[in-house]
Amino acid sequence: MTPLETDIAHLLAGSMVLVSFLLLYQDRMSALINIFALHSWVLAFSVAWQAYVQSAPHLFITALIALAFKGVVIPVALHRIVVRLGIHRSIESVVSIGPTMLLGMALVALSIVVMMPVTESAGAFVREDLAFALSIVLLGLLMMVTRRNAVGQIIGFMSLENGLVLAATGAQGMPLVVEISVAFSVLIAFIVIGMFLFRIRERFDSVDVRALDMSRGESA
Amino acid sequence: MMHGWYTQFAQLVLVLVMAPLLSGVTRRIRSRLLRRRGPSIFQPYRDLLKLIRKEAVVADNASWLFRIAPYAIFATTWVAAALIPTFAAGLTFSAAADVIVIVALLGTARFFLALAGLDVGTSFGGLGSSREMMFASLAEPAMLLVVFTVSLFAGSTQLSSISTYMAGPDIGLSISLALALIALIIVALAENARIPVDNPATHLELTMVHEAMILEYSGRHLAVIEAAASLKLLLYLSLIACMFAPWGTTLAGNDVVAYAVGLGAYAFKLAVLGFGLVVFETAIAKMRVFRVPEFLGMALMLGLLGAILLFVSRVSQ
Repeated sequence: MTPLETDIAHLLAGSMVLVSFLLLYQDRMSALINIFALHSWVLAFSVAWQAYVQSAPHLFITALIALAFKGVVIPVALHRIVVRLGIHRSIESVVSIGPTMLLGMALVALSIVVMMPVTESAGAFVREDLAFALSIVLLGLLMMVTRRNAVGQIIGFMSLENGLVLAATGAQGMPLVVEISVAFSVLIAFIVIGMFLFRIRERFDSVDVRALDMSRGESA
Repeated sequence: MMHGWYTQFAQLVLVLVMAPLLSGVTRRIRSRLLRRRGPSIFQPYRDLLKLIRKEAVVADNASWLFRIAPYAIFATTWVAAALIPTFAAGLTFSAAADVIVIVALLGTARFFLALAGLDVGTSFGGLGSSREMMFASLAEPAMLLVVFTVSLFAGSTQLSSISTYMAGPDIGLSISLALALIALIIVALAENARIPVDNPATHLELTMVHEAMILEYSGRHLAVIEAAASLKLLLYLSLIACMFAPWGTTLAGNDVVAYAVGLGAYAFKLAVLGFGLVVFETAIAKMRVFRVPEFLGMALMLGLLGAILLFVSRVSQ
């Protein structure tokens, strides 16, 4: 890779970490979904750039899948779901933003500390990419932990999956079949979760997942 | 050597003369965007002259601090603004023109301003000082992180070397620089009491910060503080231009044409940045005071993220 190509790859992968932070920061529902769409678009560009740089045409298909499913279909479906649930204007945040951001920073630092020593033999960009991918995964997990609303948790899960795709493209070894099946399983997971959303709402009149704790008898 | 002195002196005069003009131009553009005619772009000069001629009323229980604070604020801001290479690099004091020095000078000015707000003992002044300090506790670390990121690139905290490096061919495309730029813009908005944080056009709001601290000032004291405020705006725009858009600046000792080009480029950069500032200000609503720490926290986060990403790309190579 020439320095410029590395720089652009670094720029795109770094932007994904930044957009993950935006997801953590945003507490308005429809803006959250839009930022998730942005996350997937940046992922698609990043994967397409990798496809171009590594001259691996099958990665273009991965990029196209990410763009079509996670950049368009899922955000549009989520917008419809939140409108139908009547929560598209809701604002929510369990832990306040400051501590969450600090925690996210700590997670990014952690993933760098973990990834840098174990990937010493790999090339420069692969190391960077894996460190970023791990931090995106951890930030997605953090988002799932800090959100109380089930839709927020879904978006956390989907952004986590974006991180996995980023890791897979950097590693240069993931077969196309696996990627396609992962993409479809995510879509199926999304459909199942979407159905569950409506079931949860039917039973508890809200998509606040604390209601589930009560039905399990965990808290009064 | 002598060229350095002349240029440094020209720079001192230039920032002082340009600062009210910059405020006037931004106010004028702002009025135009709001479909008002707006005052002349020279109105800030007239305001300053009017204030200087007026009697300075000082509260009975004001101490000596209240009287010297405006001059201290003005002096530190002026020195800081004169240290930034605007139209020409290689000024006499460029050895001292460290970004950290500039941050420290601005910190000193803020310290005096907050003390002056507390001095008379009115509730508004105290309120303004406490808010200013709350914002500063986030804005200053964010600013320092931006400085660290940029100086890691350039290998120096000296402004002239940073701007030479940024104009040079070694600089690549980097997300860290973009993050540092956004963080610096957020800090600049907060420090200059611009719209999402504070409203510069009002004296009558409960949420005002800067105006609350200087509420007791009048006459020449107020004139000096106003001049310092417009100098500070010029300083931040020049800092952004110097670190992120250092094209066209000449070296001290070049010929007249180079100086003219440098001056023209500087005026153009200020105009572009000022216009961008005004467009941003008219497009966005003012935040609640308690949202501001989140806004500034974002700057801090961006600065930190920029430094971390830079670290990753350095370690992995």
